[in-house]
Amino acid sequence: MIKEKLSFKRRFYIVIMRALMYICTSLTACLVLALVVYLLIKGIPNLSWEFLTSSPSYLTGRIGILPDILNTIYIMIAALIVVIPLGIGSAVYLTEYAKNKRIVSIIEYAAETLSGIPSIIYGLVGMLFFCQFLGMQTSLLAGALTLCIMNLPTIMRTTQESLKTVPSSYREGAFGLGASRWRVIRTVVLPGCVDGVITGCILSIGRILGESAALLFTAGFAHTLNGFVDGLGSSGSSLTVALYVYAKEQGEFGVAFAIATILLLLSFMINLAAELTQRFFRRKKTI
Amino acid sequence: MTENENTKSIINVEDLCLWYGNHQALENVNLKIDSKSITALIGPSGCGKSTFLKTLNRMNDLIPEVKITGKVFYNNIDIYDPSTDVSNLRRQIGMVFQKPNPFPMSIYENVAYGPKTHGISSKAKLDDIVEESLKDAAIWDEVKDRLKKNALGLSGGQQQRLCIARALAVKPSVLLMDEPTSALDPISTSKIEELTLELKEKYSIVIVTHNMQQAVRISDSTAFFLMGELVESGDTERIFSKPSDKRTEDYITGRFG
Repeated sequence: MIKEKLSFKRRFYIVIMRALMYICTSLTACLVLALVVYLLIKGIPNLSWEFLTSSPSYLTGRIGILPDILNTIYIMIAALIVVIPLGIGSAVYLTEYAKNKRIVSIIEYAAETLSGIPSIIYGLVGMLFFCQFLGMQTSLLAGALTLCIMNLPTIMRTTQESLKTVPSSYREGAFGLGASRWRVIRTVVLPGCVDGVITGCILSIGRILGESAALLFTAGFAHTLNGFVDGLGSSGSSLTVALYVYAKEQGEFGVAFAIATILLLLSFMINLAAELTQRFFRRKKTI
Repeated sequence: MTENENTKSIINVEDLCLWYGNHQALENVNLKIDSKSITALIGPSGCGKSTFLKTLNRMNDLIPEVKITGKVFYNNIDIYDPSTDVSNLRRQIGMVFQKPNPFPMSIYENVAYGPKTHGISSKAKLDDIVEESLKDAAIWDEVKDRLKKNALGLSGGQQQRLCIARALAVKPSVLLMDEPTSALDPISTSKIEELTLELKEKYSIVIVTHNMQQAVRISDSTAFFLMGELVESGDTERIFSKPSDKRTEDYITGRFG
């Protein structure tokens, strides 16, 4: 009979295991929830329209984070303009053109190692190379280029992996019609994996937004309001660096929590965008 | 190239050998392929028939570590000569694959892909080519109302006929078919077979098949491959009734393979 009763020992074991898993899951969920709620409670009262849209002034004692928001956007744009073509280009070369698979796998291994290195090391190298050796001083450009190097392996590897998901039968079909290699890549391979590539790029944006250690060394701390081109040439703090400075050096914890709230919101939006793009392209593929 | 229209063979293979790394996959193959007829390549799995088919439009170029010796003449031009334009060669010698492989685009875009590749951009011209190719591939009536729909929504048999239309759209003179019906159901298979017989009027067709009845039903001549060697070739009727080699006889009577 199937209805035979389980032994006491087994029933006890099942109950205990189930309880343990409940505890683990609820602990994780509570931790995340508590963190978010705590941040919001501390941060939201310090948020105001003026806070978001003005620059700080020592004369009036006003605190505003507009320069930091703009600096973050500048760094992001500058870094992405360089890293996206570079990363996608190298991925396409390694996957579609390179003949020597041995060297390709060495490069892949190196890229994976690079993406695991603590970001402060990138900061140090960026400071020595961009700021000092290339004479850029501490500037948003030096910071953006440092972030480029940091994100290059990630974008390259995610693009490579998405290129590999395109069935080789598509390539064969296109080659069989007499298409050149570049035409095959441009019209069949890249459109076939654009969702993976875009998701990789969006996640990279998240990494750039959240990066602080590498920027402490390279981008500086100024809160001056600048345009894009002037901004790249001068020192400036991103939101994350500003958070550090306000909290650690000026004891302005209210301001720090307000910035943290903004950052939380932004990274939530970035993850949402990544999710939505994936869904959009998946739906497009199945129609 | 028009002066060759009347001569009988369109492809002429001489002493062709092919190696994948150290493994020799084809040994001294000599074969003439007749114009405007169907040539079937038969033989057990791994005998080299698909490999041989791919040497005819240089699709093996895509596989690293392939070495080829011997000559393949298409209309008296050596296609392995360094001066050969591979893109142009593949336009003239089209290919249909074992698994239907339409691109993940609309039906229209699939058929227009080849002509666009070869520089045709006028919308009216493309429209004409798409309609003509789909009609030639006997699928026009089924898809004419949904040309803008994604090709992956078609059934397997329809996808394969779409792939044939896609290959026809660049106006080839030879069509290579690599087991085009092995992934299809019997009804789709018979449709493709009928279509192949119709296409023979305009194109020279080389078809790899595992199905001996299929070879008998549609082909004019047959070539039997075994372990990289071309054992025997000739009229299909003759091969299947009076094979001159013992190995051919054993294979077609089902003693192995």
